[in-house]
Amino acid sequence: MFSIPPKYVTLLHPSYLTQKILTINSLSMLSIRNIVKQYAGHTALNDVSLEVKSGQVFGLLGPNGAGKTSLIRIINQITAPDSGEVYFNGEKLNQSHIDRIGYLPEERGLYKKMEIGEQMIYLARLKGLSRDEAIKRLKLWFDKLGMETWWKMKIEELSKGMQQKAQFVATVLHEPDLIILDEPFSGFDPVNAEVIKEEILELNKKGATILFSTHRMESVEELCDAIALLHQSKKILDGPIRDIKNTYRNNIYIVEYSGEKIGFNGSQPFELIDEKEGYDNSHAIKLKLKEGNTSNDVLQYLLPKTRINMLQEVIPSMNEIFIEKVSLIP
Amino acid sequence: MNKILLIIQREYITRVRKKSFIVMTMLVPALIAGMYAIIAYVATDKSETMHIVNVIDNSSEYKGKFQDEKYVKFNYPDGSLNQAKASLKDDEDLVLNIPANAKDTVTLYAKKKTTLSLTDNIQRQMNDIASGISLVKAGIDTARLHKIKSNIVIKSSEMTDSGEKSTSIGATYALSFAGAILIYMSIFIYGAQVMRGVIEEKTSRIIEVIVSSVKPFQLMMGKIIGVGLVGLTQFVLWIVLSAAIGYFVGHNTAASSQNPIYIFMHNLGSNAGYEIGCFIFYWISGFLFYSALFAAVGSAVDSETETQQFMFPITLPLLFTYLLSVSWLFQAPDSPLAVWLSMIPLSAPVAMMVRIPYNVPTWQLGVSMALMILGFLFTTYVASRIYRVGILMYGKKTSYKELVKWFFYKE
Repeated sequence: MFSIPPKYVTLLHPSYLTQKILTINSLSMLSIRNIVKQYAGHTALNDVSLEVKSGQVFGLLGPNGAGKTSLIRIINQITAPDSGEVYFNGEKLNQSHIDRIGYLPEERGLYKKMEIGEQMIYLARLKGLSRDEAIKRLKLWFDKLGMETWWKMKIEELSKGMQQKAQFVATVLHEPDLIILDEPFSGFDPVNAEVIKEEILELNKKGATILFSTHRMESVEELCDAIALLHQSKKILDGPIRDIKNTYRNNIYIVEYSGEKIGFNGSQPFELIDEKEGYDNSHAIKLKLKEGNTSNDVLQYLLPKTRINMLQEVIPSMNEIFIEKVSLIP
Repeated sequence: MNKILLIIQREYITRVRKKSFIVMTMLVPALIAGMYAIIAYVATDKSETMHIVNVIDNSSEYKGKFQDEKYVKFNYPDGSLNQAKASLKDDEDLVLNIPANAKDTVTLYAKKKTTLSLTDNIQRQMNDIASGISLVKAGIDTARLHKIKSNIVIKSSEMTDSGEKSTSIGATYALSFAGAILIYMSIFIYGAQVMRGVIEEKTSRIIEVIVSSVKPFQLMMGKIIGVGLVGLTQFVLWIVLSAAIGYFVGHNTAASSQNPIYIFMHNLGSNAGYEIGCFIFYWISGFLFYSALFAAVGSAVDSETETQQFMFPITLPLLFTYLLSVSWLFQAPDSPLAVWLSMIPLSAPVAMMVRIPYNVPTWQLGVSMALMILGFLFTTYVASRIYRVGILMYGKKTSYKELVKWFFYKE
């Protein structure tokens, strides 16, 4: 087991949760309705619908080739769907929304021979920022992320991690309402990945809606409020993470106790799944509640018999849910 | 600010700032200056060398009959051939031995290799003298003959609405050639720059960021126009710098009036507006026509090495017209083939430039220009449909069949 890094304790802090509840309102930032996209020979998206609420961090999950990039390209108006509609902040998606979206593609890239500063300004101006405003904001970002000396450097002179950082800045410089990040952490070393994660959360706190696609389930659990799972061009699961996890709870618990090993004869209120013996007469059992029983019944049954050190419900991780859902469909 | 203007600005500024652009822009006027220098050198130094030809005339028929010219003087020393040969001092002096019997070989002795023009001169004079002697022997009065002999020099004169004007065939050829070559070369140079730019954006993967901000069509047009302006800038700088050099040289050397470039510029002068106007029109429309195709090719491949199969059919018609132009069309600018080629947009930029110095009928020019505009609108449309799909396709080899499919994709 790994412990939660101290800075993420803030995520669980009541004030953060309260704020989260306040920022996520019922307004829909992105409403995707019955999108179908076909390429010669195969269907990339088959009747996909999903809702991203304003202020959410939304995870778009799915194995390779599930249609994530196709969907992201449609939201970015790089391609258009064959049928179905996308609504942005309640309006039908149109050219005017382009400047309000920031997009970090999975395949990163910048002009290799162009100076970073100039390049960032160019990209920001393409998103409708004025030159002066772009310079002003860029200075702030460069300051914040320790990139002050990069201004005159060319992309080809930077390491891959540094390029990624620059590209992240380019994505968010125009302060978009919706930030779309395709595998945002790939290519970052753990330290910079944390920095970027922090920045993403801060942007979210300031009101930006984040849509990101990833394979890394631990970052999903850490960051996302809701997810949608795409598989074979279809959406097979979506909703707030808490709800999904609740649905996938299957009454499995782990109990640790010290003392003589207990022999179970079948009269107990649970099925024994697994049993392990540790040092100093400590034991751990994995169990599944029988119909109609609760964790209290387990405690009542065990308390007279031994000394209980721990009882914990085993909640399936997003990773397990992901694998389970995906492997159901061959 | 319109996004397409931003793209044009970036394409333009990043290119004109490149070292290669600055070097190229300086190199061409430098070459022209060098050409001036060479011509001036050849015209002044070399030909002023004085040759003295010592004539040993064993036949006694030629003595005193050679005529001195600007750089050749004839002497008739007494004494034998060997004495004359021994007395040669200057490297530029020669001995001409004329045998007693006219059927024997005449020999020219020199310390250095003689120039072709000198031997030609002597040979011509000897033939004239010999035929004069023969005529006298045959009883013909050479003085009367000279009077009868006509002296025809062709001076070419072109009839235009504004009256006759004299033209130089050489300068017209040169203009015709230069137009065709410049258009042909710049379509390739700048078209390839467009293509390389597209490939660069594709391989560096920035394309996806850009097309999430602008439409692929805007990006393609921005790039084409930006590169086109770079090309125009280069031409303007070339013309200005070359003209400045020409002006400077023209006023500083005596040889300028014999200088082909000077003559060329001078001849261009009378009709410059029309010719430069046509050049710029065909340059721009030809560039737009072809660079759209180049952009489509760039979008369909992952690296420059893969462009071959698509480049071939694009370059073929242009190369064909070019070769035909410089070898044949400029001699037959009004032949049906030349007229047809100057109408078809694929070949018109080169073929029409060949014809321009020979006064093309206005209706033909009009039709050609109209077709040219329709042509580039068409190629731009086709190219943009391929481009918008191609730029997002990575990692697989593209076939022609695929390109057709891309064309018919919906947005």
